[in-house]
Amino acid sequence: MIKAEQKPIDEILRYLDPYNKILLSGCGACVTVCHAGGEKEVELLASGLRMARQKIGKRMEVLELTPARQCEPEFALEMSQTIEKAEAVLSIACGVGVQTLVRHFPRIPIFPGVNTTFLGETITHGVWEERCQACGNCVLEKTGGICPISRCAKQLFNGPCGGSSKGKCEIKKEADCAWQLIYDRFKALNQLYKMEEIIPAKRWGVESRDSGLRRIVREDLKV
Amino acid sequence: MKAGSHLEKVLEKHLFAVTGELGPPKGNDVSVVKRKAELLKGYVDAVNVTDNQTAIVRMSSIATSSFLIQMGLEPVMQMTTRDRNRIAIQSDVFGATALGIKNMLCLTGDHHTFGNQVDAKNVHDLDSIQLIDCVRTMRDQGRRLGGEEKIEGEIKLFIGAAENPFGDPFEFRAIRLGKKVAAGVNFIQTQCIYDMNRFKEWMKMVRDRGLHEKCHILAGVTPLKSGGMARYMAKNVSGIIIPDEIIDRVVKAKKPAEEGIKICIEQIQELREIEGVHGIHIMAIEWEQMVSKITEMAGLLPRPKVE
Repeated sequence: MIKAEQKPIDEILRYLDPYNKILLSGCGACVTVCHAGGEKEVELLASGLRMARQKIGKRMEVLELTPARQCEPEFALEMSQTIEKAEAVLSIACGVGVQTLVRHFPRIPIFPGVNTTFLGETITHGVWEERCQACGNCVLEKTGGICPISRCAKQLFNGPCGGSSKGKCEIKKEADCAWQLIYDRFKALNQLYKMEEIIPAKRWGVESRDSGLRRIVREDLKV
Repeated sequence: MKAGSHLEKVLEKHLFAVTGELGPPKGNDVSVVKRKAELLKGYVDAVNVTDNQTAIVRMSSIATSSFLIQMGLEPVMQMTTRDRNRIAIQSDVFGATALGIKNMLCLTGDHHTFGNQVDAKNVHDLDSIQLIDCVRTMRDQGRRLGGEEKIEGEIKLFIGAAENPFGDPFEFRAIRLGKKVAAGVNFIQTQCIYDMNRFKEWMKMVRDRGLHEKCHILAGVTPLKSGGMARYMAKNVSGIIIPDEIIDRVVKAKKPAEEGIKICIEQIQELREIEGVHGIHIMAIEWEQMVSKITEMAGLLPRPKVE
């Protein structure tokens, strides 16, 4: 799922400085799972903002709302009435959610309250790690189900660099070397021969973000 | 002959090759290039010119290589995929070969976070193996990557790459060299060797795969200047292994620098005896003045003149 982290409160207060009544909007999907922008975080941040503004003698009213999925138009549109009461919106959904609101509410300023960080998985309570860069042409079949695009600091396709040491990446000592993991996996599957194949240059410019805005159109689902 | 470079001729004649290394200046001061080049001239067959090594901004390897040619030295131009996408890479290959550069070392490059531009966006459009394949395609098929259109002119390059027998997973390191050979590499320079046992074990895996007959392997050495340097490298540089007895020798020596040179010479002599090692790559980092001494004491002089 999409992972996010709350922005520093000083940065958020700076965005909101000109406003006295805002809507703080969370999202019930990904950011709830990673404890960055769910109902609970909306409540906490709202009281934090109120207190901070009260402290400097500039009281601010904070309305609270947490739609099930801020990135879906029907949920975003349900927010209309509340949004109209506010001078600005602080969204602690991911960057997608923020932009859904921007698309539907062109006359109100909308600010991000979190940094959308990556597509990742939960390792353990309170720890998440990146697993996918949405490169547009999944290579996991070639790499034993472990993604070197998201997990190797140099996005190598043909094995580890010289900095792989005792299973760890030289860039971040706490990170496993993706290619060590791939090697271990293929070894366990008795498929090391797969690592002898050269994976050719990826077509970044056709498959990935480098091709310009990506869009999926499913004629069968259109109404 | 792939490119007809001096280095290629030396290796093809089965002469034991010696290469050195030159780090370009952190600016445009050509006198730095000249000073370092003079220290290497006549003692090595070719000189690697690093490409913003450790991701510190320096004079470009193409420009520096071109200066070396003017000074009568043969460069091995290093090129990393860290800073260039395939458009820039191929364009630079056109430019470099037009300037007379005949050897190229294909590298992924040190990660940019090690250097002085940590805010940079790294590129990694290709990896080093894909880069080898790209340059081989340009040279042997006369066409650019992913297209049939003919290149105007001829690309002649003796294609090199690096390999690190001290990186992990160790068992994969010979397989990885095999991939480089399959991609078209002509010669390999290794990471600096201190752990002779592990290097010999790697060379055995290389020979078992017959790779020593498909590419020239130049064994990398770096003389240790001091006990502090030895300890620092052993502890902090991933992919470098320095056995304790070597650290101890330098640490306990009355003149550590001299001991470092002595160890380096012993290493060269030992490496020379290993089947499949066709040369030595001396990386005397900011210690270029020692290359004359090392090559002389290791019995590598005079360097051959080949036609």
